[in-house]
Amino acid sequence: MAMRLRLDKPWQPLTAETAARLPGQLGVYQVADGQGAVLFIGQAGARSPFGLRSELQREFAERGTGCQFRVEVNQQYRTRWFELLMVHQADHGSLPTDNAKNPPPNLGRLSPS
Amino acid sequence: MDFEPSSEQQMLIDQVRRYVREEIIPLEAKMDPDASELDPADYKRLTEKTKAMGLFGIDIPKEYGGPDIDIVTRVMLAIEMAQHRAGLYVPCYGTFGGAGLAQIFEANEDQKQRYLYPTLRGEKKPFFGLTEPSGGSDPARAIQTKAERKDNGWVLNGAKLFISGADRAQYGIVFARTDASKGRGGITCFIIDADTPGFHVRRVVHTLRSSSYATELEFKDCWVSDHQVLGEVNKGFAVANDRLTRQRIPYAAGCIGVAIAAHEMAIEWAKMRSTFGEKLANRQAVQWMLVDNEIDIRTAKHFTLEAAEKARRGLPFRIEASIAKLTASEGGGRVVDRSMQIHGGMGMTKDLPLERWYREMRIRRVGEGPSEVQRMVIAREILGSNLR
Repeated sequence: MAMRLRLDKPWQPLTAETAARLPGQLGVYQVADGQGAVLFIGQAGARSPFGLRSELQREFAERGTGCQFRVEVNQQYRTRWFELLMVHQADHGSLPTDNAKNPPPNLGRLSPS
Repeated sequence: MDFEPSSEQQMLIDQVRRYVREEIIPLEAKMDPDASELDPADYKRLTEKTKAMGLFGIDIPKEYGGPDIDIVTRVMLAIEMAQHRAGLYVPCYGTFGGAGLAQIFEANEDQKQRYLYPTLRGEKKPFFGLTEPSGGSDPARAIQTKAERKDNGWVLNGAKLFISGADRAQYGIVFARTDASKGRGGITCFIIDADTPGFHVRRVVHTLRSSSYATELEFKDCWVSDHQVLGEVNKGFAVANDRLTRQRIPYAAGCIGVAIAAHEMAIEWAKMRSTFGEKLANRQAVQWMLVDNEIDIRTAKHFTLEAAEKARRGLPFRIEASIAKLTASEGGGRVVDRSMQIHGGMGMTKDLPLERWYREMRIRRVGEGPSEVQRMVIAREILGSNLR
């Protein structure tokens, strides 16, 4: 049984409070604009001091208000991150705007059915 | 057999050991603990170093421009190259270069021009498509992907599972059933370009090896010409089987390298760490764990070098390769497990490489033929070839 391919949880507003409530666990996340267009797919790896919480607090500090986010706690944060990037590319024909500025080397290609 | 390294082999071992300790391990201290790729600039810098060492393209045969390294020396170096966090699956992050897939060296000249030489130049990457959702340990029976004759070529339909690197590859070697009535005599090996219509990388398969993923492939009315048959029609099983046997020796060597690194960490920790007023190294329970580590490592090393030596001499080495793979993957797992136990809570963290080795080493008891299949191979050898 394959695991769920796309992140489809409801968006939450990205604020100092919502970010502070996140768990300090490993995982992946998406940041979107106010209309739900994904701007960035990120990962909270083992070097993040407080996992997802640290990463989303940093995102809020850099982006300010007006963005949304959703997270997935996942020990396999690296392979899941690659998967989300490839699925986004397959769905939209390109990477999210902020990932496209610094794309990972050797990103693969998927054609999900 | 004497497995002590010669002075030339020792010089190469020392060179690679220094490279791992001075170039690879310091980089890993700053990388994500699950990383499996270097920053491109570091990769380029380090491949220049391995070229200067004369060891780049280490698995490429001499006649194709590789260094002239025999399989025994190769095993000794593989043991060294694996002694870092990512070393089990990505020894030295590929900075010694790759040779592609062994089977492609058996290709005809036209195929070599299109696939082998570009691979050796680093322009193309291959994948190896054998395992299917129906199984991987028994390819003669498990392969259900069909290739049917059509329009002076072949139409492939079916699926492959646990295939590494297919999403990044330019081509792959794919095994398909061309004669349903013939069992292992009805399998053919095809070279499939990744842009062939009907070839799809359908999904990522997440495993314990969270630094890297496998993929699931689908072939849907995927037509290829006769020029894409590797070797002869209905003789693909021998191509697959040869790889599976040969691959077991370096596979075992990687397990030994990681076991040695884990064991050395456990010894250091035992000498340093005190509990209840006594160093761990002074406690018999810990001493015995370290002794068992030493025995597991020496056993696996002996059998792996024995297999390599037989292969080097051109003698049959099927049973020795199975014993090597079995002792190294099972013994290596025990060594990492004991080393984690000696480290206590720290052994469970991502601060140390032990937890990654623990997860990845577990896969080794299944990959390249599970322990049970290795035992079957050995049983057939000692009980007679007609045992089924």
